[in-house]
Amino acid sequence: MSGPASGEPGAAEPAIRRPRIFLVEDHAVFRAGVKAELGDAVEVVGEADEAAAAVELINERQPDVVVLDVHLPGGGGLAVLQGVLPHHPEVRFLALSVSDAPEDVIAVIRAGARGYITKTISGGELLQAVYRVGAGDAVFSPRLAGFVLDAFAHGAEPVTGLDPELDQLSPREREVLRLIARGYTYKEVGRDLTISSKTVESHVSSVLRKLQLSTRHELTRWATDRRLV
Amino acid sequence: MRRSPDTRVLGGVCGGVSAATGIDVMLVRIGFVLLTVSSGVAVLIYALAWLLVPIEGEDSNILSRAVNDRRGIRLVVALVPVMIVLQVVVSALHVGYVGFIGWPTFLAGGLAVLIWRNASEKEKVWINDDLVPLLGAGSRGHARWVLVTRVGVGVALGLGGASLLVYGHASSAALRPIGGAVLVIGALVVIFGPWWLSLVRDLMAERQARALAEERAQMAAHVHDSVLQTLALIQRSADDPQHVVQLARAQERELRAWLFEGRPPGALSDDVTMLAEGVGLLQRQIEADHGITVQVVMVGDCELTAALRALLDAAREATVNAAKWSGAPQVSLYAEVEPDTVMLFVRDRGRGFDPGAVPEDRQGIAQSIRARLSRFGGTVVIRSAPGEGAEVELSMARHELVR
Repeated sequence: MSGPASGEPGAAEPAIRRPRIFLVEDHAVFRAGVKAELGDAVEVVGEADEAAAAVELINERQPDVVVLDVHLPGGGGLAVLQGVLPHHPEVRFLALSVSDAPEDVIAVIRAGARGYITKTISGGELLQAVYRVGAGDAVFSPRLAGFVLDAFAHGAEPVTGLDPELDQLSPREREVLRLIARGYTYKEVGRDLTISSKTVESHVSSVLRKLQLSTRHELTRWATDRRLV
Repeated sequence: MRRSPDTRVLGGVCGGVSAATGIDVMLVRIGFVLLTVSSGVAVLIYALAWLLVPIEGEDSNILSRAVNDRRGIRLVVALVPVMIVLQVVVSALHVGYVGFIGWPTFLAGGLAVLIWRNASEKEKVWINDDLVPLLGAGSRGHARWVLVTRVGVGVALGLGGASLLVYGHASSAALRPIGGAVLVIGALVVIFGPWWLSLVRDLMAERQARALAEERAQMAAHVHDSVLQTLALIQRSADDPQHVVQLARAQERELRAWLFEGRPPGALSDDVTMLAEGVGLLQRQIEADHGITVQVVMVGDCELTAALRALLDAAREATVNAAKWSGAPQVSLYAEVEPDTVMLFVRDRGRGFDPGAVPEDRQGIAQSIRARLSRFGGTVVIRSAPGEGAEVELSMARHELVR
C-alpha cells in the first residue's frame, strides 16, 4: 500500500506538533514494533499491557491519541474506553486489532474509538491514521467499512429511534464505504466519486457519528448474530 | 458410381445416378418417387443402392461393414417375423394398396437398420439431421419416444379406421377389423422399438463424445490455471534454484491431487456451503501458496450455488493472477452480497497493465475468468492502467438462471 499521500498530514509535515501517543497493547514485541514504526514522528508518552493500568496512566498523562488493542487482559479495549472517556472526552482512540470478530470492533467504535485498523497495516499508514485521529477525523479501514455496511444493511426493520437520520446511511455514505471496503484510500475514493478528500472525510465522520449515536437495536442484534456465525 | 453427398436428400443415391448417367438429378428423383408410388420396389432399390454404392471419397460400401455387424444382422433377422405378421395383418385388412407396396418397404426398413448402424460417422450425422426434425427437434429422448409412439398409433389407427370404413361389412364380425387394428398397432410398436433403441444408443454414444470434448476443454483451462502459470514463474525465477524447487514441488502436489484424487487445482471442497467460508478458504490458501496478504472484507453472506462456486473460482484466478504478476505485497478482496447479486472486487496496487494490450497467449483473464462466469451468466470488468494497480470486478446473480 502507498505511504502517506501528499496533502495529508504525515511525516512530510513536521511543522505540526508531534502528537503525544499512548500505546495499549499486550504483546511486547508488537508494541516495540509499533514504536519503531512511528519513530520520531510522534512522542510516545507511555504504554500499558492491560486495561486497569492503561486507564490509570491515560487519565494521568492525557495523551492526544491512544493506540488501543481491542483484545486486552482485564476487560479488553472496551474497559479502557469506558474508564477514560467520561473523565477525558478529548482523548482520542484508534483501535487496532488482529481480531476478525466484528462485534468487538463495533463495540469499541460504539464506545467512542474514532477509528479501527488492522495490525497488518504498514508503518506509513499507521502514522497517517494516528495523525488523522489526532485531528479529530475518523479512520475507516476496509474491514471496518465492511462491518459498518454489513451492520446497516440489516435495515429491514422499521426505524424506531428518535432521529431516523441516524439510523441509516445515505446513498453517498454507502458508496464511500463500499470503495473504502474495496481497498481505496480516501484520495482514491474522492477521485472515483469526483469529490474532494475533505468531503470523503466528512462522509466518513458522519458515518462514525451515526454508528456511535444510533439507537438502532439492530446494531446490537447484528453483533449478536455475527457471533453465532 | 459413387453416392453424391453434395446433392443428397437422403443417401445421395439419386445424385449418384445422375452423375453416372448425366440425367438431371431432379428427373432421377421424380422417377424414383413415381416408381415408389406405383410399385414400392423403388424404396427397396434405393435402400440396396445406399448399402452397395460407396459414398464419394470412400472406397468401401456400407455393406462391407454391415457383414461384420452381427448385432445389426440379428436385428434385421428379428424383424422378419414382425414383417410377416405385419404383411398378414395388412392383407387381412384388405387394404390392397398397402399390401402392394408393403413387402419392398419392409425389406428396405430392415436394410435401413443396417445402413444406420454401419454408416460412416459423417453420414450418421446427416441421417440424424434428417431424422431429428421429423421426430421432434431438440426434444429430449423421452419426448421423442412419446412422439414416435403417437405417430405409430396414429398411423395404425388410421389404417385400421380406413379399412373399417372401406371394407367393413355390416354382416362380418366387427371384431375382425378391430383385431386387425390392434395387431397393426402392436406391429408398429415392435417395428419402431428395436430400431429406435439402437438409434437412441448411438445418440447416447455421440453425447458421451461431446461430454468428453467438454471435459478436455476444462482440462486445458485447469492446466493453464496451474501448470502453465507455474512454468512461467519458474522461468522468471531461474536464478533462484531454491524457489524453483519450491514452485515445482507445490505444483507437483497440486497436479497429483488433481490427477489421482480428482481434486481440481484449488477447487473448493463440497463441504464449504457458505460464501464467506469459501472466501476465507481462498484467502488462506492463496496466502499460504503465494506469500502475500489477502485482505478480505465481506458484507453479508449467502449459501453457495454452482454459479457462486464459479464466481469464487474466478475470484481465485483473479487473486492468484494479482499475486503472481502485480508485484504488490497485498491484494484486497471485497465481496458484497446484495439481494439479487453477489459483487466481488479483487484489487491490487501493483504495476498494473493495459487491459487492451494483453497478448492472446496470456489468456488467464480472457478464458478462465470470463468463461467461468459467462457459463452462469456472470460478468467481469477489469480496470487497470500501467503503474496504477488493477481491479477486477466480478458479479453473479444469486439465483441461478433457469435454463
